[in-house]
Amino acid sequence: MLEKFPLTQYVSEDGKLLDDTAKEMMNPDTLKHFYEKMLRARMMDKKCTNLQRQGRIGTYVQYEGQEAAQVGSALAIEEGDWMFPTYRDHAATMTFGHSLRSLLLYWVGRIEGGIPPEGKNIFPPAVPIASQLLHATGVAWAEKKKNSDRVSLVYFGDGATSEGDFHEGLNFASVFKAPVVFFNQNNGYAISVPMEKQMNSKTIAQKGLSYDIPGIRIDGNDIVAVYMETKKAVERARNGGGPTLIEAVTWRYGAHTTADDPSKYRDQSESELRRGTTDPLLRLEKYMKNEQFWSEEWFQAIEQQISNEINTALAEMQDFPEADIDNVFDNVFEKPTWTLEEQREHHNSIKRGQKS
Amino acid sequence: MTTAVQIKQLTMVQALTDAMRTMLVQDEAVLVLGEDVGTNGGVFRATDGLFEQFGEERIIDTPLAESGIVGTSIGLAVNGFRPIVEIQFLGFIYPAFNQLMTHATRMRQRSMGRYTVPMVIRAPYGAGVKAPEIHSDSVEGLFTQIPGLKVVIPSNAYDAKGLLIASIEDPDPVLFLEPMRSYRSSRMEVPEEKYTIELGKAAYVKKGEDVSIFTWGAMVPDTMKAVEDFEKNHDATCDVIDLRTLYPLDKEMIQKSVEKTGRVVIIHEAPATGGVNAEIISLINDAAFFFLKAPIQKVTGFDTPVPVYSLEKEYLPSKEKMINAINTALSY
Repeated sequence: MLEKFPLTQYVSEDGKLLDDTAKEMMNPDTLKHFYEKMLRARMMDKKCTNLQRQGRIGTYVQYEGQEAAQVGSALAIEEGDWMFPTYRDHAATMTFGHSLRSLLLYWVGRIEGGIPPEGKNIFPPAVPIASQLLHATGVAWAEKKKNSDRVSLVYFGDGATSEGDFHEGLNFASVFKAPVVFFNQNNGYAISVPMEKQMNSKTIAQKGLSYDIPGIRIDGNDIVAVYMETKKAVERARNGGGPTLIEAVTWRYGAHTTADDPSKYRDQSESELRRGTTDPLLRLEKYMKNEQFWSEEWFQAIEQQISNEINTALAEMQDFPEADIDNVFDNVFEKPTWTLEEQREHHNSIKRGQKS
Repeated sequence: MTTAVQIKQLTMVQALTDAMRTMLVQDEAVLVLGEDVGTNGGVFRATDGLFEQFGEERIIDTPLAESGIVGTSIGLAVNGFRPIVEIQFLGFIYPAFNQLMTHATRMRQRSMGRYTVPMVIRAPYGAGVKAPEIHSDSVEGLFTQIPGLKVVIPSNAYDAKGLLIASIEDPDPVLFLEPMRSYRSSRMEVPEEKYTIELGKAAYVKKGEDVSIFTWGAMVPDTMKAVEDFEKNHDATCDVIDLRTLYPLDKEMIQKSVEKTGRVVIIHEAPATGGVNAEIISLINDAAFFFLKAPIQKVTGFDTPVPVYSLEKEYLPSKEKMINAINTALSY
């Protein structure tokens, strides 16, 4: 199966172009844009990890190492399309339109953090595993019924492919020819369980065969490969060609979450090795340097600009109005039931000190 | 000019078909999805004729996958449609529990109203039709514990149509449970026109003075048979209330009835423990405790799986148990 689903690369680890079909889009402006979005994602991830260590936000789910997979795919969809993230996909959501303030609010335990800006179709992060593949399929199916050309892009990890909803999602999308791009980030581990214990399949892309869905396997650390191949799948879906399954092979440097200790189940020296070899930012940097698209002044300027943006978002998060319990009662149903009204009133009356 | 309301004698299952047809005609966004709901018209024929009238784009035979049906319907509902999902038997809904519990019912809150799920899940349920095992489960109590879900159960054809239309028009997810035993057990006058019955409102089946009986679904006609027998032989009368919606309960009607009679019997075929009976008792404790003259009685199924059909009659609340409970309530 590895021969039937080879790893597609456009840029080699030493920063050389391997596929000329990308040549046209690889101009300095586009690549600087790609790099800036990845750097922004990485800096935000580091900031959030630090904030968690300082006790300023709750348990946090890192994605460092997966920036090319998330940013490259998010850049391949357009306003009006739909994104279905998991709890690890903030690099994708912030690239597609979530504000950094929203991301911080999400991790400081605010409902408001799950809500995208007006006009952006981003679902709240799916916390159960693989269930969101069905929502993406249903939403895409609805778009098809409305004769629109909008598509769904849905994220999930390697472990998610063991769940029934992964298979039900692919099957429904195949049967109803829903315009969905199933974007798998194979980062090698489902918490502690490595790919070879998760499945006997050699690839995740091959799982599309069962549903007659094209499956492709790409180097998820090569943002050009991710962008080009996701774009093709998106355009195919947009033009009535149905779903695609993409396996982006990548790596998470750190733990599953800030509450996890990866040294219990893997040798973390591999992560250190990968920082100097397969790293998604480093690869694009090497290519840009080879092509003389890179300048230190530009890099320092965007680094400063991102740092300012993150600091502004942090200040906005800290200044955000206090959480309001009414939001909980108000949004269970369109109109709260009498039970909710009674519970709200009882809770608030105790809070106001009107009852002992 | 006024148009005379056309009335038809319908079974409950025909009234349900009529409700879906009414809404499919009125609203292009309404879809029917499920296993065998299309050309086959559903295993109970609840969708009979709809495929021929509305076609495969609106009456959709899905793959056999309950989580898939509910999960994709969440996406359809969020994106402008009003899916009516048929789960072939309530006992087969368990694979879809995750979608209901973690997504359909939380979507409004998690998005603070940005995304809503106006979806109805219909499922036949209950014992007494000699179905194979698992098919007869009566687990409505599992679902009344899910925040964000309304649970509705009709007991007759007229209510079935009005409650189903109200459920389809509801902006939030509704679990609509259909007592299999009542599908064809009687006919009733049902208007052809569209009408709704407000969710959360119970109904009097009969009025009385001495004991309040709260029940729902296929237990309503069974309860009435027991009450008729009881009242023939005793100088006491029963208030019989069909709750119709199990979440939210009709607090006002329950409270008023208990204030009048002071004695209560709850009858349901679901298992005894942790069920809706406990919630009704809790509601009475809050709203009408000082009116009680006797401990509240309950007649329920056992805390066992619904038995295979050679034993299902023993599982279901019997007339003898019901009359015994009414007598016990009156003996204090």
